[in-house]
Amino acid sequence: MSASPEHEILTPTGNDGTGALRVAMAQIAPVLGDVGRNLTLHLEQIEAARRQHADLIVFPELSLTGYFIRDMVPDLAISPAGPEVRQLIEAAGPMALVVGLVEESPRHRFYNAALWAEGGRVIHVHRKVYLPTYGLFDEQRYFAAGERFLAFDTARFGRVGILICEDFWHLSAATIMQAEEVDMLVCAANSPGRGVDGPKLRTAETYEQFAKTFALLLGATVVVVNRVGFEDGLCFWGGSMAVAPDGRVIVQAPMLDEALCAATFDPAELRRQRLITPLARDERLLLTIEELNRIRHERYE
Amino acid sequence: MSSELAESYLKINPELVTDILCRFIRTEIRRAGFEQAVVGLSGGIDSSVVTFLCARALGPEHVLAVTMPYKTSSEATRRDSQAVIDQLGVRSIDVPITDQIDAYFAHVGDASQLRLANKCARERMTVLYDQSAAFHALVAGTSNKSELLLGYGTQFGDMASAVNPIGDLYKTQLHQLATHLEVPAAILSKAPTGDLWIGQTDEGELGFSYAEVDRVMVLLVDRRWRRAELLRAGFAAEFVDRVANMIRRNHYKRRMPVIAKLSQRTMDRDFRYARDWGT
Repeated sequence: MSASPEHEILTPTGNDGTGALRVAMAQIAPVLGDVGRNLTLHLEQIEAARRQHADLIVFPELSLTGYFIRDMVPDLAISPAGPEVRQLIEAAGPMALVVGLVEESPRHRFYNAALWAEGGRVIHVHRKVYLPTYGLFDEQRYFAAGERFLAFDTARFGRVGILICEDFWHLSAATIMQAEEVDMLVCAANSPGRGVDGPKLRTAETYEQFAKTFALLLGATVVVVNRVGFEDGLCFWGGSMAVAPDGRVIVQAPMLDEALCAATFDPAELRRQRLITPLARDERLLLTIEELNRIRHERYE
Repeated sequence: MSSELAESYLKINPELVTDILCRFIRTEIRRAGFEQAVVGLSGGIDSSVVTFLCARALGPEHVLAVTMPYKTSSEATRRDSQAVIDQLGVRSIDVPITDQIDAYFAHVGDASQLRLANKCARERMTVLYDQSAAFHALVAGTSNKSELLLGYGTQFGDMASAVNPIGDLYKTQLHQLATHLEVPAAILSKAPTGDLWIGQTDEGELGFSYAEVDRVMVLLVDRRWRRAELLRAGFAAEFVDRVANMIRRNHYKRRMPVIAKLSQRTMDRDFRYARDWGT
């Protein structure tokens, strides 16, 4: 595990009582289709983040399995209540945890899921709603789609919403999260790089645009954690980032390299930004709902 | 206008591409349990770029460049290959293939230029795979995107490899990469050739230049332009159709052999696993 020295790496100062929160972004390269080895990798990252007093560690999408798992999906599926997640929660101790997994439901549906655990238990599981099935993607073949965008209350991070990769490319997901009044939006991603004509990969540029835009529009902290490494020629580009509610990038992990990168942010920023630009306050949610209902009537009834 | 647009789509950031491709080579070779690569080096731009990338990714001592001249191979082929080997300090071995090729055709009788060229390409493949076993390495592929799309290569010959770092780069993009990597100028400036027979050039044989065909292909394949849109933009119908036909007609070369389906799960159809399964 290497971490680039020119980026802010976890330092032993930790949560210093000023209310600042430290998020560790675990930009890993999971082994494709080996939950056991990935579990070990997660435990190492959790241990490193814990030693540095992180308040939250975020892993990428499908962090326990790798991305291009295809027909392995049923073989790699676990339950959020199962021993693997239990082991991670115990290792995390007081630290909150976001981890990506294949979830098998009691009805034997398989979801691309990410869970939030804290205080010794899983408090939310997000099932990826938008399963990309175009270009190089084939997710609907293997996964059932989630049907909800729900926020949830956490002990230290306020109200939080989780999106998984393609969810983040849908304005409606961000809109719902704004209506949910989230303080922090977490995106667990497995984004393969495409477009090599510019200074950065095109996909990396798009993600940065979305993260900054959503932070500003929601008045929320946005944390995107993307993996690195290759699978069947796909290059996952990393570049995990934490963005403040004013759209400022607090810290960005290196492109292409594995890293455990920490972002420290001040929850008071939320208040300040919402005073300066109270976009979420001024949203006319009922108007939006009315208009969407009108469109529903016109289009579907 | 469309030419400029096509050119802009063909532009690459060579630093970024080099970084990604070197990581790709390291990762793919190491995850298979190897540290080394074997490259069939012809002194052309494709195999030179791959040799440069492998040397950079793995260290020159972990790269074996194999030159495999046939009796009609040109002096330029030998000289330019040697320049790459000398500049990089990679390991090398020269394995002439004249004896075995000539022995075969002495046995079966004379054949067309095309059969000879394909036989040479497949002979070189067997040498590379044998050398990869001897050198405990994987064969790095040297087919570029232009050739793969046009089917301008020999199936199970020069198209065969374990990992191909340049298969998603058009020939004109490889030029940009080669310039950035400081591939010898003589290689950059010479006409692309498979050295298939004396005086053979790719562009002479194909009847169009890579610069022309790459512009059509990047619009047609990558940007999903329709035929009518290409014609409206000024590309000749005959040329567009010829290229589209070559892409379609040669698709079989880019796929596994077709398997007659009988069971519930058949290789490559509904038995779907990543090649990098478990690594």
